[in-house]
Amino acid sequence: MIASTGKDSAITSAYMAQIGPSHPALKEPVMFTFELDGERVVSADFAPGMAHRGVEWAGTRRNAIQTLYLAERICGICGITHSVSYARAIEQIAGIEVPARAHYIRSIVGELERIHSHLLWAGVAAHELGFDSLFFLTWKVRERVMDVLEYLCGNRVHYGIMQIGGANRDITPDQYPTVLEALDYFEQHFGQLAKLFLEDDSIRIRCRDCGVLTKQEALELCAVGPTARASGVAKDVRQDHPYAAYADVEVKAITPDQFTGEVHGDVFDRIIVRLYEVKQSIDLTRIFIENMPPAGPILAEEKMPKLLALIRKAEGEAIGRHEAPRGEVLHYLKLNKNVQPEVWKVRAPSYNNYMPWIPMLEGEQIADIPIIVASIDPCISCCDRVAFVRGDRKDIVTKEDLHRMSVAKQRKIQHG
Amino acid sequence: MTTAILNSEEILAHIVKVAGEESMVDTRVAAWPEGTKGVMSHSVWIRIKRERFKVAVRSLFDLDYPHMAVISGADLGDDIELLYHFYLFYGHRHKEVLVTIAVSVPKTDPTIPTISDLIPGALISEREKQEMLGVVVTDIPDSRRIFLPEDFPEGVYPWRKDETGIPEDMIKQLWKVGRPQELLEDPPPPKKAPAPKPEETPAGDANAPAPEAAKEDPPADKPAQGGEGS
Repeated sequence: MIASTGKDSAITSAYMAQIGPSHPALKEPVMFTFELDGERVVSADFAPGMAHRGVEWAGTRRNAIQTLYLAERICGICGITHSVSYARAIEQIAGIEVPARAHYIRSIVGELERIHSHLLWAGVAAHELGFDSLFFLTWKVRERVMDVLEYLCGNRVHYGIMQIGGANRDITPDQYPTVLEALDYFEQHFGQLAKLFLEDDSIRIRCRDCGVLTKQEALELCAVGPTARASGVAKDVRQDHPYAAYADVEVKAITPDQFTGEVHGDVFDRIIVRLYEVKQSIDLTRIFIENMPPAGPILAEEKMPKLLALIRKAEGEAIGRHEAPRGEVLHYLKLNKNVQPEVWKVRAPSYNNYMPWIPMLEGEQIADIPIIVASIDPCISCCDRVAFVRGDRKDIVTKEDLHRMSVAKQRKIQHG
Repeated sequence: MTTAILNSEEILAHIVKVAGEESMVDTRVAAWPEGTKGVMSHSVWIRIKRERFKVAVRSLFDLDYPHMAVISGADLGDDIELLYHFYLFYGHRHKEVLVTIAVSVPKTDPTIPTISDLIPGALISEREKQEMLGVVVTDIPDSRRIFLPEDFPEGVYPWRKDETGIPEDMIKQLWKVGRPQELLEDPPPPKKAPAPKPEETPAGDANAPAPEAAKEDPPADKPAQGGEGS
């Protein structure tokens, strides 16, 4: 793991350490190379791509509706984000008008997803800091969001509720009380979580002025989402460029100076921003539920062959955007009178938040690497190969084996 | 950086003025109603000649610090089109404008100047375009691959649609794994076609005639490696 740099090792004590692809900070594979001087990080470099699945390539070889479901599977945590961005791009090109109720469904599920993602992150952050009791408390609260999402969509992840031109499933009035009850539950626990995260000395000492990203660096390195907002860049698609139901409410990008009066751009500020975004999401969801448009259509076109025929006639290019929990998602799409998209480019928020890692990490201590790396809430996506080591026997499970096992399991579930 | 917030026409006029009318291949402003209230979302689309491309990008700095979202790319046959997506006036409610500056480079000379000297964060996207589309970004400070593995063959560019794209033998067809040979050869026949003759199918449970059933039929019961579970 640790190799001397050779040429200068006699003069300085700098050495290189490679951390990754699997490492203590993340459950996802990314490789870091650090040049270290004692405990201090001199320079940092990163190499993603261990989980690159060629989704864009595959998406241009499927019909546009199949690609919607592929888009949802880009990320296990923010599935709604990708399917809504993709759907918005298609709706623009094909001129499909989304019913008002579907806009509200999109926003409600999007906000619930944000609550779940931020709580997941907060738990991971607590774990990285060695505060495991807080990790369990946070995830206990998060479990309730997952239950609500399952109640509304039928699935805990990969909700499958979005469709081009609207939503596949309605949120009916008899479901409102369950959602509102859960929102009350989050609100009760929010105070407790905020107190623990923001007033606990050990968290503040670890995170204050650690992993700093200045406003200038955030602008130059094109940071997005809570990472940018924690550095004082008040950038939020819901505010700047509202979509779905967000134009009906006042959404204001959350920056740490609204709560503490100053912007440090450090890990602690990122905790502040995400926590208050949970509060914002609770309030927004409540407003959306209260102002839900009357029952009506939720899909512009219910028959999929007709929808596909509409897409086949469309020609042009458009950009669909969505404020994901981690930042802005962008889908560039070009249709060319074909069922398959001609060009599809997906830009996930972590893509832009990779480069800010470098100024954050440089000059920091080795022990702070995990929390700084986790502080942008990176999403590197699933692994493409799994190795099982059992005793002295090693089995490499390839994609083919995983596929075979998945088919076998599916059959077992279906046929008992 | 000025503080005045311009609309999409004014932004376009500014870029055209700085970069020159003759360098424009195509320009348009687009607006699209968003959400329940139909708030208009504005965008500017510019297709520009390569020589004046960097001047156009630099002209954005007169208005606001541009947020560089990403570079998209398309294979147009003889040319490669690169689309640089920027945002201006973010942080102001309902005021953000999306500016796309597109530039075509011929495949015979796919070079494009770097903009990472203006916006350092563009580097990750430029590295991706180099490996995915085979463009050459001149003066790029770091030309290593980013997402593709080190052992990925040279001269294969996944986003290209010509013979330098992904060759057939690099594609892993997972759905084919463990499937009997006769289910792989052709797509399912149309419904009116007669069921396959029983003597052609091998022994076992493969005599289910309907193609739909055959499609969903999982691969052989016994996995090649009895690894899982035991």
